Amino acid sequence: MFLVLLVLAACTRSEPPFHLQDITGLMPRLQFALTDANGRAVSADTFRGRVVLLYFGYTQCPDACPTTLAMLQQALRSLGRRADDVRVLFVSVDPQRDTAAVLRRYVGYFGQQFVGLRGDDSALQSLTRRYRVAYHREKPDADGYYAVDHSSAVFVFDRTGRARLLAGSTSGAATIAADLQRLLAS
Amino acid sequence: MREAWVIGLHSRDSRGAIHLIRDIVYRKHGRGCTTQASYAHERSASVLCSPRLMLSSLEYLLPWDFSPTVLLICSLSAVLYVRGVGVLKKAGTPPAAWRSICFFLGLGFDYAALQTYVDYLSQHMFWVHRLQHLVLHHIAPALLVASAPSVALRYGTPLWLRDRVVDPLTQQRAMRALLRFAQNPLVALLLFVGLIYYWLTPLVHFAAMLDVHRYLLMNWGMAVDGILFWWLMLASRDRQRQLALGYGTRVLLLCIAALLQILLGAYIALHRSVLFEVYGACGRAWALSPLVDQQLGGLITWIPAAMMSGVGIIVVLYHVMQESRGLQRGSVALAVGQSRSLSRG
Repeated sequence: MFLVLLVLAACTRSEPPFHLQDITGLMPRLQFALTDANGRAVSADTFRGRVVLLYFGYTQCPDACPTTLAMLQQALRSLGRRADDVRVLFVSVDPQRDTAAVLRRYVGYFGQQFVGLRGDDSALQSLTRRYRVAYHREKPDADGYYAVDHSSAVFVFDRTGRARLLAGSTSGAATIAADLQRLLAS
Repeated sequence: MREAWVIGLHSRDSRGAIHLIRDIVYRKHGRGCTTQASYAHERSASVLCSPRLMLSSLEYLLPWDFSPTVLLICSLSAVLYVRGVGVLKKAGTPPAAWRSICFFLGLGFDYAALQTYVDYLSQHMFWVHRLQHLVLHHIAPALLVASAPSVALRYGTPLWLRDRVVDPLTQQRAMRALLRFAQNPLVALLLFVGLIYYWLTPLVHFAAMLDVHRYLLMNWGMAVDGILFWWLMLASRDRQRQLALGYGTRVLLLCIAALLQILLGAYIALHRSVLFEVYGACGRAWALSPLVDQQLGGLITWIPAAMMSGVGIIVVLYHVMQESRGLQRGSVALAVGQSRSLSRG
């Protein structure tokens, strides 16, 4: 009986699981309409055929965004040339302060595969709603600086635009690189 | 000073008056703050009157994910109930006012939990999610059951609908068998507590919060199971007919349900690490420490949810009292009847 169960388990899971959280079938396909840091209109079709990492943040973020983006940068570096087929979409949740120029300079620090995206409130909200992501602008302090609370998740989409994996700020570059490699190969 | 009075007389609201007083004080003491104070006044007035804010306060009442099903079910039940109460009033047997209040409170709570800003917050705050389930699984269904709306709903349903849809559907053998199975005391208890445990299993919870379909299934399940469970616990025995459940059994079930919810709530509230990562991954509605969020959610699962069992037990004891009083009256009447017939004889 136990053997049968083992065989069954082996059959249903022919591939080993991913290291990251598998979200296949849980979230809708990649779809959005925003503008990139050069002012060009882009959509999910622009990135079809590539593995896409979707992350929400803002350039004045003191901790979460730079750490996460640096981790992704490190993961992509370890992939070498295969990283050409990966794009990291950094969607600003603070388009007022993140102008196209600011965004362009910011994503430029991290590398060619990093794409800064922005849009008006409704375009941003339809995207955050689609991926059940929340962001919240705090009240500005005396200097007019305000923080924005946002999600920490990195949504990973495969080459066909299906949502596949979910990484966090603590996932680690090596883990992410390993899973990306598998997605790139499939 | 005169200038300030003029402003005060023209603005008729109390805020204008407060700022007027502040203006006068500042001017009297000769401080240079007058402009600042009146600036604040202007700003607060513009914020209060701005259409943007009016719209955003209205947005709190609008559904986050509009569901035609919820709207249809809630409005249809309300219309049928009102119609039914009208019919019963004409017949001289209207339901007690408190029952109608319970009905609309229960319906309103369900609607508010599913179709207002609360729904957005419960997707992005663990403790609001627990509150949403407290309403869907405990409070609203208990109120709906307490309102005993079945007679009014039946009389409010148009005849063609009753004869062609409702009756054939409810009298189907499969439907009755399913209901009898779900209302088996042990199954009902397992369903009620099991659903809470199942959806709070960290991985299951994670998927439910990401996937819209799972999320809807979870909330619908809670609402429907709540009505089934609390009907079995709270409805009087003559309303339950074939499914009637003894009052002793009910008290026992309510105690077990409370105990299991206390265990789970305490486990969550006292757990030292974050069990439900999804709220951090997708972002909280506002800045709140993940552990505080979890502790609040645990407390809601622990205390008010378990307290509902206490309320249930009180209602059951009330039924016991009513029935024993009825029995006494019945036996007295029987005794009087017997003695009369004896004396006649």
